[in-house]
Amino acid sequence: MAQVAPEVKVAEEPLLKVRGLDKHFGPVQALSKVDLDLPAGQVTGLCGDNGAGKSVLTKCIAGIHQPDAGQIFWEGRPVEIRSARDASRLGIETVYQDLALADNLDIVQNMFLGRERVRRGFLDEDEMERAAAATLASLRVTTVRSIRQPVATLSGGQRQSVAVAKAVMWNSKLVILDEPTAALGVMQTQMVLDLVKRLRDHGVAVMVISHNLNDVFEVADRIAVLYLGRMVAQDKASAFDRQSVVEYMTTGTVGRAPVET
Amino acid sequence: MTDAQMAEPAPGHAAIEAGEPYRRAWIRRLLEQLGPFLFVLVLGGALTIASPHFLTITNISAVFVQMSVIAILAVGQVMVIITAGIDLSVSSVVALSGVLSTMVVVNDHWSIPLGMAVGVLVGGGVGVINGVLVTKVHLPPFIATLGTLSAVGGIALLITNGQPIAAPTSFDVLGDGQVGPIPVPIVLMAIVAAVGWFILSRTTLGRSAYAIGSSYETARLSGIRVDRVLIAVYVIQGLLAGLGGVIVASRVVTGDPAAGVNYNLDAIAAVVIGGASLFGGEGTVIGGLIGALLMELISNGGDLLNISNFWQNFILGVVIIAAVAYDQVRRRALQSR
Repeated sequence: MAQVAPEVKVAEEPLLKVRGLDKHFGPVQALSKVDLDLPAGQVTGLCGDNGAGKSVLTKCIAGIHQPDAGQIFWEGRPVEIRSARDASRLGIETVYQDLALADNLDIVQNMFLGRERVRRGFLDEDEMERAAAATLASLRVTTVRSIRQPVATLSGGQRQSVAVAKAVMWNSKLVILDEPTAALGVMQTQMVLDLVKRLRDHGVAVMVISHNLNDVFEVADRIAVLYLGRMVAQDKASAFDRQSVVEYMTTGTVGRAPVET
Repeated sequence: MTDAQMAEPAPGHAAIEAGEPYRRAWIRRLLEQLGPFLFVLVLGGALTIASPHFLTITNISAVFVQMSVIAILAVGQVMVIITAGIDLSVSSVVALSGVLSTMVVVNDHWSIPLGMAVGVLVGGGVGVINGVLVTKVHLPPFIATLGTLSAVGGIALLITNGQPIAAPTSFDVLGDGQVGPIPVPIVLMAIVAAVGWFILSRTTLGRSAYAIGSSYETARLSGIRVDRVLIAVYVIQGLLAGLGGVIVASRVVTGDPAAGVNYNLDAIAAVVIGGASLFGGEGTVIGGLIGALLMELISNGGDLLNISNFWQNFILGVVIIAAVAYDQVRRRALQSR
């Protein structure tokens, strides 16, 4: 049985709402008064240059960092996300760029990592294998040779697909993908982007953090741009073009290009 | 869960279910242990031919009794090494446990089972300290346990003034006793190995240990309570070292503060010969047992064939290097696939 929610209508209230988030590390203001909406059934592309605060914002949502000020609303209710466990309990899963999977464990073991099914005190391998296979099949991740092969033997795209499948196993409502296509070839990138679209079609809210504007424009329904810790633009993807996103990313504004050259 | 259910592919999952099911993957993993095991068979066969005394019930029983303590320590050590840690304090725990268990019996007239329990629990206590130093004080396991190796060894010498403690003869139950025809140390080794195998391959604790050793951050981000798992692993190792210490003391009916000096590296060697990776994430109880058996066969065979101890050390060193080199080759072949 697939663990992803069936088609849901896009609610008025965004699934996750961030309001006025501040975070500083010593004297460095990493985020200031950041607002962000992540609606269900939509892909939001989070863009920004290095150091713009993308990963800090992500980690505040994922429970790794605690914001200094501001509020996070989940399904309209204010919540505090103090740990990765809190986040998963709400239905928020984050797929980190290089840290999603443990190389020595096989696909099933990875997908259930930290949440193994247990029967009478012992690991229920058969049940986990069945559930993992069902989730992979529901996401049409079918290119792996065996779900019992160590993830070290998978290709980059397969790894990323397994990592995403791991994230959606848990009835998650929001999946955050950190640079999901970095270091992937063209075919593999396409495979991951298709998977992202399937998540959206399942009604999951997806946030994709990416440097690659091609990828962002291919999958994103909405685009949010961070510049030096401030949210400088956030709208439907159709309201942007490549040029304006780049301008927001590099100058924090658009149409008022710095005068030189 | 029957095999028939396993074999039946759910509709639409054919591409995945056609792969290798868990049971066969398990056999494949066992086959990876085959290298050292074949070596054991070859060595055993050669010794059978070379010495008429080798393949006798007395000698084989002696081999298993001799390897029992190393094997028990190796079960704990493999768990620690799987988490990418190491426990160097084992030999001092063996000494302290032996000394304390005999002391409370001799000086304080505690019953022998109680004295033995004290020995085991003291080992667990050192395990708690090791685990806390590694997880809460963030010391590298090598340094933390190097510290407790010295400190605990010092305590064992201090409380005895460096003198061995003679225990009453009935203290020999664990070392020289028998369950039916089987010597107690062999029974204990079998129980420890079975429980250790179960923990590593059938429980969440074991799975978490592999994950932590494979990638600490991944394990943490996956919601594993990393500190708890690590402390549990060091405590298990401590308890087993304590048990090992009691067996050693029981065998010689003496609490010797100088006991156990060689056990440290022997246990690590057994684990490494058995295919565990010091980088973490890999290793099995069965591998550790095979490693311990191989080491004991080298020493037993050396004695039977009148090969000097010096040569035995040399051969053991070569075997350790060969085993790890073989493992490296295998690993690289796997990665380049």
